[in-house]
Amino acid sequence: MVVFPGSNCDADAAWAWERATGGAAELVWHERDELGGADVVVLPGGFAHGDYLRCGALCRFSPVMAAVRAAAAAGRAVLGICNGFQILCEAGLLPGALARNQDMRFHCHDVHVRVERVDTAWTLACAAGQVLRLPIAHGEGRFHLPSADLASLLAAGGAVFRYCDAGGRRRAESNPNGSLDDIAGIASPGGNVVGLMPHPERAAEALLGGEDGVVILRSALRWAMAREGDARG
Amino acid sequence: MVRRTPAAVPDASAAGGGASPLLPPTEPPAAVPGAPAAPPRWEAVGLSQAEYAAVCRLLLRAPGDVELGLFGAMWSEHCSYKSSRAFLGRFPTEAPQVLVGPGENAGVLDLGEGHAVALRMESHNHPSAVEPFQGAATGVGGILRDIFTMGARPVALLDGLRFGDPVVARARHLAGGVVEGIAHYGNCVGVPTVGGEAGFDPAYADNPLVNVMCVGFLRREHLQRGAAPGPGNALLLVGNRTGRDGIHGASLLASRTFAEKPEEMRPAVQVGDPFVGKLLLEACLELASSGLLRGMNDLGAAGITSAATETASRAGTGVELDLDAVPCREPGMNAYEILLSESQERMLLVAAPADLPAILAVCRRYGLSAARIGTVVPDGRMRVRFRGEVVADVPVEALTRRAPRYRRPARRPESPRPWSPPSGGGGLDQSGGADLAGEDGGRVLLDLLAAPTLAAKGWIYRQYDHQVQTNTVVPPGAGDAAVLRHRPTGRGIALALDMGGGACALDPYGGGALLVAEGARNVACVGARPWGLTNCLNFASPEDPAVLGAFVRTIDGMAAACRRLGIPVTGGNVSFYNETAGQGIPPTPAVGMLGVLPDPGRARRAAFPADGLAIYGLGPLTRARLDASAYQRLRWGVCAGVPLRPDWGVEGALLGLLASHDHLACAHDCSDGGLAVALAECALLASDGVGAHIALPARPGQRLDAVLFGEGPGRVVVAVPPEHGPALEADCAQRGLACRRLGATTADGVLAVSAGGRPVCTLQLARVRADWEEALPRWLR
Repeated sequence: MVVFPGSNCDADAAWAWERATGGAAELVWHERDELGGADVVVLPGGFAHGDYLRCGALCRFSPVMAAVRAAAAAGRAVLGICNGFQILCEAGLLPGALARNQDMRFHCHDVHVRVERVDTAWTLACAAGQVLRLPIAHGEGRFHLPSADLASLLAAGGAVFRYCDAGGRRRAESNPNGSLDDIAGIASPGGNVVGLMPHPERAAEALLGGEDGVVILRSALRWAMAREGDARG
Repeated sequence: MVRRTPAAVPDASAAGGGASPLLPPTEPPAAVPGAPAAPPRWEAVGLSQAEYAAVCRLLLRAPGDVELGLFGAMWSEHCSYKSSRAFLGRFPTEAPQVLVGPGENAGVLDLGEGHAVALRMESHNHPSAVEPFQGAATGVGGILRDIFTMGARPVALLDGLRFGDPVVARARHLAGGVVEGIAHYGNCVGVPTVGGEAGFDPAYADNPLVNVMCVGFLRREHLQRGAAPGPGNALLLVGNRTGRDGIHGASLLASRTFAEKPEEMRPAVQVGDPFVGKLLLEACLELASSGLLRGMNDLGAAGITSAATETASRAGTGVELDLDAVPCREPGMNAYEILLSESQERMLLVAAPADLPAILAVCRRYGLSAARIGTVVPDGRMRVRFRGEVVADVPVEALTRRAPRYRRPARRPESPRPWSPPSGGGGLDQSGGADLAGEDGGRVLLDLLAAPTLAAKGWIYRQYDHQVQTNTVVPPGAGDAAVLRHRPTGRGIALALDMGGGACALDPYGGGALLVAEGARNVACVGARPWGLTNCLNFASPEDPAVLGAFVRTIDGMAAACRRLGIPVTGGNVSFYNETAGQGIPPTPAVGMLGVLPDPGRARRAAFPADGLAIYGLGPLTRARLDASAYQRLRWGVCAGVPLRPDWGVEGALLGLLASHDHLACAHDCSDGGLAVALAECALLASDGVGAHIALPARPGQRLDAVLFGEGPGRVVVAVPPEHGPALEADCAQRGLACRRLGATTADGVLAVSAGGRPVCTLQLARVRADWEEALPRWLR
């Protein structure tokens, strides 16, 4: 769990990871230049550097980002949640940008998303077309991409999560922020780097209202174990 | 050598005499850069002539300009509580669970197993009236610092808001700006905003109220004190650099009424930086748990002056400050500005010199500026050096404990006068004071649910991150109190913020008692026992005897309720001078209630959770009046009459039952809008398709509108699986609590209400829900 100055979901993500997967989570301050051999990397939500320039913009200068890039290049599971998604886009690890919500307001409530691809590091354990109920909490989550780039993203199967209603149907009123093509989350071509606006770590306990985020976290565990198996095999 | 201005120096006899006020200086003071230069000199710092004379007596000389600024700030109403302190001691503050009571930056309550919870509420009314976004944002920043100053991690924010009628553009502007400001700070810093209250009334058009409450969790051994013990220890200033913002925030902005143009006070409002606030929070909590600190205090009103003198006063020490060491945002700031700047996101740390390197290393890691700006001294003085000169040298106690305390004239409020519906007019239907015909009941219910104060508040709380930290079990809007889980003990913490309404204006004593009872009932509805409360008392000018009289009676009513219910007060805040051009707000106390429940997983919500449940009303259901009700305001545009006071037998029985009865599927307090609105809210919060068929009881001859919309304390609506109805009835009977079956939840999505045997309405809940949820955004979007 990479901690930037202003990250505020790092402890939540660590707590949820440990509960959901039984694996150990370590918080890594952004000035460190290595990740201690972590199999799974999460860039949690928050307001890194206050988001005063552009959301996530300053994080690409942090020493830790070289290590994140290396992990991504090596095929390890990398997830950016909310502000972490914005950071991955700003760092060029994922295409596109997250603009101010269409209604110019911060939104904190549950949404439904449909899983569009199940071969990524963060959806391996999902069923195709599965509808997940996850919380959002952001002011700048409107996914945007020039149309040519969008076409190539879609052609590469980059759209992993789309906003939908409880029945899995895409509707205008189910898209909370005006994201292009109802996109809530995307993946790198290799499927190991994923960014999404909803917070799976906030939906990992029935006590707090839902457990639909657990399957996302467990997917990464399965991805990491499969890689370990490959390496041994 | 103290730099003196050519002000009059009193002769010794006058200084010792006490009673005879000193003559004011006849000459204007020499101009000091940045210091206001309008004679007479006490006015520029917000003191009265008599207070200036008292300063001279305490010092045995006239104060220098910088010294006078210190007194202006520290003797302001905001910092000294000079008009209220005499009465605040009436609150009961002791109980076994109280670890820290009033007088510190926040109260602290024991949670057992070595854990504790800190709580505090504060107003940011005046800054928010001048600049709503920054006013509200810095209110959040300030209350967060009050909590982490205690060594507690802030885990929840709540807000009590009052604005004018949203028909008026300025009220919409203020409401929108305040909500955005709260969201800006709270969301960024990563502390969930889990509850609160928002009301709209023309009485708050020029004086909006923004009361912010924060709660934090800590381990008992990490508890910090706002004290500067140990002569020789170093004073460190950490966080933002000091700038020219917020000078006179305490003395001139927060401690005076507004003239016609509040925007002219904008330079006295501070600007918040939640990013630095977050870094400061993390650094201070790391230091608090490191054991390296001897004391810690935030810088709020009156900046360095207040933090340095209050910590010294609590420890019985003195301080020597070197202002040249203070990191400033801009060059050329003078001593006066540095001492009184209210720049945000700054903390004063007290530590042994040997520990400084370790502390500075933590600050550096978080990118925070940190400077040693002074030393604790044994002689009880505050000595300030700047550019080689001593610019102030005064006894700490003169600024703090020797500040004036007034017993201003207070006029006991008149007894409320009975009211009956008028014979002519009648805003609703031109039918005068006539009772509602049965079919009008449904229409009035819809009107009430669409009134801004009663409408759904989702538009507000959906702009707040209420889930971060992943402890929010009952989110805002879902229950009568928010519920957090406390991971270390597995317990639940219930939080409710309530503000006084019309009853406080008509009967301050009864209104204060009602407010505490309502807060207790709210945490009880979710299944908690009240554990302690904090408060914020919002009033007009205390120099008006009627206002001060109402203030005193409000405190007496609240204190009596706290004693009756066994709830300690852990501290609070007083906001006076909520007044513009002679027009003051009605008395508006706010209560932040904290309750503890054994298992957060069993916390109750307000919604009817399913169909097929039996609905019950608990308490004296027909003990209700139209006086001071939301219906009275809607229909006749008045707030008048004699509001009912709490029946302590009923309140105690309700709290006991709600905290212990196992079968309740939901519970909701009956407040604004009476039984009809409370039951409608339970149904509106339910899932699509759930309905409720209800028959309300009436006394013989009771008006229909009083049955539906009359208001009175001690009433709660609940639902239970029908097979547990007899057990509920038996439990109530044993406690001497009235309990009556009102109906059942259904699967038809219809709210059907009859009263006293007469049908009143049959409403499709899906349509009502849409109107109820859209009412507020229609005004504020």
